[in-house]
Amino acid sequence: MRLKLLLIACLILLPLPSLAADDGYGYPITGSYEATIMGTPAPLMPEFPARMNVRQLVLQVIPDRLKPPIFFYDEGLRCTFAYQKQKAPLVFLIAGAGASNQSTKLISMMKALYQAGFHVITLPSPTHANFIISASQSGIPGDLTEDAADLYRAMEVAWKQVQGDIEVSSFSLGGYSMGAAEAAFVAKLDEERRVFNFRKVLMVNPPVNVYSSAIRIEELLKQIPGGANKQGIFFNKMLSKFSEFYRYGNFVAINDDFLYAIYSERLFSHEQTAGLIGLTYRINLAGMIFASDVMTNSGYVVPKNRVLRSTDSLSDYFLVSTHLSFFDYFNEYFYPYFQKRRPDLTKEAFIESQSLRSIEGYLKSSVKFSAMANENDFIVSKGEIDYLRQLFGERAKIYPRGGHLGNLEYKENMAYMVDFFKE
Amino acid sequence: MMTVTRYHACRMIPALTLMLSLPGCAATRANTAEERPMHSINEFRDQRFADVADPWEGFNRSMYRFNFYFDKYVFLPVVTGYEFVTPGFVQQRISGFYNNLNEVRNLTNSMFQLKGVESATTLGRFLTNSTLGLGGMFDPATKFGLARHDQDFGKTLGYWGASSGPYLVLPIFGPSSLRDTGGLAVDYGISYGIYTAVDPFPNSSNGLAISAGISTLGTVDARHQQSFRYYESGYPFEYYMVRFLYHEKREIETGKAPVE
Repeated sequence: MRLKLLLIACLILLPLPSLAADDGYGYPITGSYEATIMGTPAPLMPEFPARMNVRQLVLQVIPDRLKPPIFFYDEGLRCTFAYQKQKAPLVFLIAGAGASNQSTKLISMMKALYQAGFHVITLPSPTHANFIISASQSGIPGDLTEDAADLYRAMEVAWKQVQGDIEVSSFSLGGYSMGAAEAAFVAKLDEERRVFNFRKVLMVNPPVNVYSSAIRIEELLKQIPGGANKQGIFFNKMLSKFSEFYRYGNFVAINDDFLYAIYSERLFSHEQTAGLIGLTYRINLAGMIFASDVMTNSGYVVPKNRVLRSTDSLSDYFLVSTHLSFFDYFNEYFYPYFQKRRPDLTKEAFIESQSLRSIEGYLKSSVKFSAMANENDFIVSKGEIDYLRQLFGERAKIYPRGGHLGNLEYKENMAYMVDFFKE
Repeated sequence: MMTVTRYHACRMIPALTLMLSLPGCAATRANTAEERPMHSINEFRDQRFADVADPWEGFNRSMYRFNFYFDKYVFLPVVTGYEFVTPGFVQQRISGFYNNLNEVRNLTNSMFQLKGVESATTLGRFLTNSTLGLGGMFDPATKFGLARHDQDFGKTLGYWGASSGPYLVLPIFGPSSLRDTGGLAVDYGISYGIYTAVDPFPNSSNGLAISAGISTLGTVDARHQQSFRYYESGYPFEYYMVRFLYHEKREIETGKAPVE
């Protein structure tokens, strides 16, 4: 316990003397990759409610959906619903790429908003297997326009399910990372459909263009010796390093103390940290590719027409899917699917459509938006940060550091989020 | 028409029978021949990560699925009922009580591993929490700086050089390995031996019923303390991630570095 306090104290105090003077922002972790992996130390998070009224929703979004036996456990789209007893505004929250409705970051946002008196419904990312299986019309995720339509349908079903139980004064919307970009497209769709009339829309660390952000994440894997195709060797090496550190460090268990020690002792180099982030991303992407391939019977990694039973080994598919890059998915699977339906669609035009720029007129004109971003977020370029500034003006809140989502749970960031939805 | 009826029939089967696999439902697509996928394993020359010896994967996956259904229809409803009728304060005291009983297991295994300081610490914890902590319901020992060291016979075997052996998913207990399953049996044997020697209810004719009640509540409490839910991540390769995390955590905590 004392060790833990000491470590946290080091973590918080050490970088401060140099930083406090210039920007007055208290989030302590300076490195972009390090912040992304470490997130926010618990003492720097806001106080969350001890108890919440919360329940799981399992939604039948697409009636009579046939699910392959390998996904026997998937009983519908899973959303988390936190509700107030009195009349309150309802906020929908969308998870980032590959994340479920219960991802830690999403649940933290939910808790902070619940604390401030909101009803909240969290949704998994359209790139999460549960969404692909239960809520994606095409089964092919990643297109902002189609994902927004799927999300909108899911939100309508969720609302129908709970509207008898709660009183709602208004609707708002939020999302982080890819979920933030999707939130923008959902809001735009809502201007036509008018089911919710979203009052406020918050985008936390959005990519400006999904394609270029994916390129930047793939770049991280290039820092691995031998590149992404040797990620298995790299991972196993990092694992030995991790184990040895534990073994000689006299730790009691794999817990926060241990993880902070990894950071404070700089166990992994900057490049290795980058590689680990890239690998995490690939592991997520693999789940999406596999789920999509099975649902559409496309013969991409699973033989076409093979029916996987619930006890079949997926080991080889796991290895294959984790070795496929975003470019493989995009060029061999994703773009061809859209090109088949729209033969005149060029690749450039398609990439451009996966961007906030494609709806910038709308984003600029609507006062309901705000974007939170970090100067050192590696999924966006300096130019893209400037673009967000220019697009949203005063409604863009740019922090000097935090990496990608590392500072999302920092109390100042959470306070900004809550105030935005309140005002 | 045949297909439609078939699908309907499949969906009407009561949920419990889903524990058996569903080859019947799949018949519609199986008629068409399989085709080679665009990407297959032969393309990649790389080590597998998250790899663990798992020769009984078919059995393990069946058990993994069994545990999912057992949780869903038996275990979790009981745990939820327990959490509903028992105030949070009482739940914490009950957990403390059982965690304190498990210190006996921690102590015997620290001693088996000839770890002097750790054994003394654990003994100190057990004595402190049993007395000042009112039978373990409270944990003053941690405040006095006596950290908990979880030990079991599987770790003892590992400490003395036994490798984990193949991965094994046990019914109800969940992820384990051949070595840890043996360890589990030994730990149960030792507790049973101690229990018989101590004989806490010598004059009661209901001794058996009382001890059955205590171990049932212990099982419920253990599940209550364990937040893991089968398939909750929704990640299609969850089985491998769980297998990997279980295995590595055990390897690391046993004090052995993984094999290159």
